[in-house]
Amino acid sequence: MSADTMLGDRQKLAYIAAQAADARLNVELETEGMTLNIGPQHPATHGTLRIVCRLDGEQVVWAEPSAGYMHRGYEKLTEVRTFPQVTTLVNRIDWLGSFANEVPFILASEKLMGIEAPPRAQHIRTILFELSRIANVGLFLGDLAVQMGAVTPVFMAFRDREYVLNLIEGATGGRFHPNFDRIGGLKDDLPKGWIDETRQVMRKLRGFCDEMETLVFGNEIFQMRTRGIGVIPKEIALQYGLSGANLRASGVDYDLRRDQRLPMAWDKVDWKVWTHPDADSWARCWVRLMETRESTLIVERLLDTMPAGPVMAKVPRIIKVPEGEAFVATENPLGEMGYYVISKNDLGPFRVKIRSASFNNISVVPWVLRGVLVPDIITILASLYFILGDIDR
Amino acid sequence: MSPLSSDTTTDAPIAELPGDALRERAVDQLRSALGDALIDTLVKPGDDMWVRVRTDAWREAGLALRDVLGMDFFCFLSAIDWMPSPYGRGEDDPTQPPVERETAIIPGYSGGETRFQMLARVNNTALHFGVNIKCDIPDDDLTVQSWIPVYAGANWHEREAHEMFGIGFAGHPNLINIYLPSGFEGYPLRKDFPLLARHVKPWPGIVDVEPLPGEPADEAEATDAAAEEKS
Repeated sequence: MSADTMLGDRQKLAYIAAQAADARLNVELETEGMTLNIGPQHPATHGTLRIVCRLDGEQVVWAEPSAGYMHRGYEKLTEVRTFPQVTTLVNRIDWLGSFANEVPFILASEKLMGIEAPPRAQHIRTILFELSRIANVGLFLGDLAVQMGAVTPVFMAFRDREYVLNLIEGATGGRFHPNFDRIGGLKDDLPKGWIDETRQVMRKLRGFCDEMETLVFGNEIFQMRTRGIGVIPKEIALQYGLSGANLRASGVDYDLRRDQRLPMAWDKVDWKVWTHPDADSWARCWVRLMETRESTLIVERLLDTMPAGPVMAKVPRIIKVPEGEAFVATENPLGEMGYYVISKNDLGPFRVKIRSASFNNISVVPWVLRGVLVPDIITILASLYFILGDIDR
Repeated sequence: MSPLSSDTTTDAPIAELPGDALRERAVDQLRSALGDALIDTLVKPGDDMWVRVRTDAWREAGLALRDVLGMDFFCFLSAIDWMPSPYGRGEDDPTQPPVERETAIIPGYSGGETRFQMLARVNNTALHFGVNIKCDIPDDDLTVQSWIPVYAGANWHEREAHEMFGIGFAGHPNLINIYLPSGFEGYPLRKDFPLLARHVKPWPGIVDVEPLPGEPADEAEATDAAAEEKS
């Protein structure tokens, strides 16, 4: 039997088990249910997400996330800002990968203006984009084990993320909110010695990924808690608009870094898109692990092929964006992050629709939590990986 | 113990990136599926495509996108308020007489006749292209059909559009607020909803850009001095 059929069967069995659990609930003697509130203040929710679960014994009958405790109204606020001011806001959407949030908005504005950043700026943008992915998903890899009771990996994650944050700080001046991307290029070129340091850090980060692979992913308890748990079949994942590693872990080979034309440097180097056919919590975590490792390789290869030249195109001092509409999405650490920008030939956007990844990723929670056991709620939520700011915007 | 890194598929051949011909074909397919319910289309060369359908064909259009065009990935669903904001960008000086502003409603790509429009985007993950779809919402009855039977993920997006724009979705089972408190009055993303922070305290305005020494005073001509020095 090939590996594929084995996995397919396991996936099917887990799905059937969940459905059977659902059916059993209706047939068995009716017992008085219980409502469990997880959050808004709960360590497993990474912020203020509240999940209301209706339980029957240990089993979830019905679950509904309740977001909005941190809604900041960015879509409204963008309407009273000028284009260059908007990056300050969008930095705070997914705060662990801030630089990556700026890029699609800047690309959409550049598309409307009909300009393109010079090659060197595109390269540095892509490198910083991937660095923010490593900083973001690296923390996820450590945090994952905490959700299952292992404390050590999170310290390792914080230790090694620090190296990446130092790099981002070295290049942009901001550890968390770089605000470094400009319409037409970047604020500055890279500082001296940055490239060599980045190479060293990327080697370290690959070591961190290896550590996590043996320490967390090789752990039998971790495997038992995640394998076959929280299965989201391909069709469900697609119609809920799951994106990023969550979608690729359902076996869909879709990565916006490769599957669209963008003035970025991903197509200049060779790299792989990782997918997994299992669609369970394990697969989602595993795809993220492989992606982090792949990102370190992308960064190294981009450093090798860095072109020379200016980092800023010639743009007017006062940026006025011509009338039009544009949608640009990129493959952010959490998934597809896009901005639908409408401009009316003004200093500021007329309307910005922010399509954030976590909003869609979490909307599948009522579906996937039905029929699972209480301890699995935590692992499934952890494997879906959301950032509250990315849901609430 | 199960193998760690063997179970994966990564080397699938990369599909060719979409061109305008693919989008033109998609428009033709959609026209034959929807007939005259498809009001207007726009294929921007090398960029993206927009289609606008009749309000009563909103769900039908979603089904056609999903089943005929194979748009399997639900990206987002929202609405647009095309009325220009009566408050501008909230930068008015409250001591001065009110500013005269443009009030004409000018729709965007693929046209429109009403103040509110639905906007959704779906992608095809195999052919790697997306469709932006719009439909007008009549002002006297702000209701469209729900897309939940087409894409289950539309559920939360419709709840968001409902609380932010006050649009009703026929057939939505649970149209309650996501972000706002349940007793909230008004629809924040409508253009006539004032951003109170800007009314309570006057905004210092756009940072006034003064021409640098030796730079022409004309704004349009002035380029970034730093960029000029580097080149």
